[in-house]
Amino acid sequence: MTIESALPDAAGRFGRFGGRFAPEALMAALDQLETEYDKARQDPGFQAEFQDLLTNYAGRPSLLTEAKRFAEHAGGARILLKREDLNHTGSHKINNVLGQALMTRRMGKRRVIAETGAGQHGVATATAAALLGLECTVYMGEVDTQRQALNVARMRMLGAEVVPVKNGSRTLKDAVNEAFRDWVSTVEHTHYVIGTVMGPHPFPMMVRDFVRVMGVEARQQALDLLGRLPDAVVACVGGGSNAIGIFHEFIPDEGVRLYGFEAAGEGVETDRHAATITKGSVGVIHGMRTYLLQDEEGQTVESHSISAGLDYPGVGPEHSWLNDTGRATYRAITDAEAMEAFALLCRTEGIIPAIESSHALAGALKVGRELGPDAAIVVSLSGRGDKDMHTAAAYFGLMPEEGK
Amino acid sequence: MSVSIAFEKAAAENRAALVGYLPAGFPSVDGAVEAAKAMVAGGCDVIEIGLPYTDPLMDGPTIQDAVHRSLTGGARLADVFRTVEAVASTGAQTLVMTYWNPVDRYGVERFAAELKNAGGAGLITPDLTPEEGREWLETADSLDLDKVFLVALSSTEERIEKITSVCRGFVYAASLMGVTGARSAIDTGAAGLVARTKAHTDLPVGLGLGVSTGAQAAEVAGFADGVIVGSAFIKRLLDAPSQAAGLKAVHELAAELAEGVRAGR
Repeated sequence: MTIESALPDAAGRFGRFGGRFAPEALMAALDQLETEYDKARQDPGFQAEFQDLLTNYAGRPSLLTEAKRFAEHAGGARILLKREDLNHTGSHKINNVLGQALMTRRMGKRRVIAETGAGQHGVATATAAALLGLECTVYMGEVDTQRQALNVARMRMLGAEVVPVKNGSRTLKDAVNEAFRDWVSTVEHTHYVIGTVMGPHPFPMMVRDFVRVMGVEARQQALDLLGRLPDAVVACVGGGSNAIGIFHEFIPDEGVRLYGFEAAGEGVETDRHAATITKGSVGVIHGMRTYLLQDEEGQTVESHSISAGLDYPGVGPEHSWLNDTGRATYRAITDAEAMEAFALLCRTEGIIPAIESSHALAGALKVGRELGPDAAIVVSLSGRGDKDMHTAAAYFGLMPEEGK
Repeated sequence: MSVSIAFEKAAAENRAALVGYLPAGFPSVDGAVEAAKAMVAGGCDVIEIGLPYTDPLMDGPTIQDAVHRSLTGGARLADVFRTVEAVASTGAQTLVMTYWNPVDRYGVERFAAELKNAGGAGLITPDLTPEEGREWLETADSLDLDKVFLVALSSTEERIEKITSVCRGFVYAASLMGVTGARSAIDTGAAGLVARTKAHTDLPVGLGLGVSTGAQAAEVAGFADGVIVGSAFIKRLLDAPSQAAGLKAVHELAAELAEGVRAGR
């Protein structure tokens, strides 16, 4: 797999976004990562090993499944699901962590740390660490350890130490803070496996390169199935790795519309949402310049989403750039709309999606109705919903003792 | 006015300068002013007022706790400038230590002008590198403000050169690889970092992150131009049964540390 792209520039900037707003204590590690990654991306041996793991361990390529019964609710447009839920560990996150675990070994480091929201990235990191014999510590907001208890157990079974973070909002943002704190004091032997296309350069670029296989496969699969390119590609956006992963190969295809769906939570008109691009402003968070939810004095505003994986007040800088250039369109989906789409996919297709991915499905229903029955839409089904059964059961009142 | 004046005065007395840190708004806006004044009265030469920020990813549990209390207590930017003004009026050189986003959001020029107006000497910027700091560097120069960047144990010679070449006031050496928080022993790499830094600049080098006792202050004063103490002051305030007891404890700690920076040479 060769990797070519114009952005970011040498300073890690996507237009005015990105960069490297990091403490000096991490600069040597970021420089090392940048240098080593630059070598790795041009090293056929590294790329072959990465490709081998994607094929023979993660189970790639993932399927592109046409969802005909679901599509009846999308204005008759053809809906093609990119099945990242079928990957080993159940989401697109495995692509990134396998790449970064190989980088960790390449840099001679013995330990990985990670932040996680829904737990999918933590599980994926714990998995890759087990596979490559690396020590692993995962930081997870205490709120998220409760709503994603099953994933905490999975990580511990895989040999990872899971640290519940009790600071601030006790969600993903605070887990990121705690992971950075760990990294500052352990950087000599530890690599921070950032779970999405965020953070200081070179993370947004490197993570994108590791997940863009999604779009590379989906584009060819769509061509094979349709005999043409799709009209739109749709994904959910928290930090934005699955969205960048499926968008990136399509960016030069001007006729293909790209839609990112953020979490509107209880509504973008309320203060309980995670619609960073839709409602945020430009600032600096977690090492990058990007859109974020902040008040007029630059304090981060707490985000909210029923989906732990989208509950983050920032977004990867490349998305901010795609928004400002108009190449991609970002909108927001409420908790209620996402849960409706979640139930619909279960009942029409026999596929239980992650609640994160359900935001993309809800978005696809809207885009399908707008584009009409001749349209074909690729939807990133970024993960499976097994981990969300507790939330779904409570939401829909499926358990006798929890029925409303 | 630059904090270099305080370092020069200390050097003339053949001792290290004592730099004390406290976040604005902790334990309250007025309480922080009183505590900072007690630090000055006890012997601090320079005061760093921390700007409370929601995501303090370079700070350990003690400072996180204080900052959280400050923010939930309602501290705002105006309170930071008010605190600076009150502390600077004691005659102590006063800097603001801040993560970058609050400055970026408020507007670099506007922030710098209000800081200057309050009598602040400049900024310490722990998550800003010279590479990303051009706007701040230009603004600080035009307003005659100090620019304090950090060097770390992992900094290469090339980076130390780049950082020290844009600093004004002093250079902040982060002695431990870790985040701030009182430690029991002084890291052995610290003296080496100070020596490496001094090879690149004539600016004073202050060492931060870890000192909590007079004996440790004396040890650091043996090789650094300034001893920076933060968490230990906050801990005194957190542990005190009353505000009066907290102020007394802060004053005593400052006096102990001031004795330490005079005993180290």
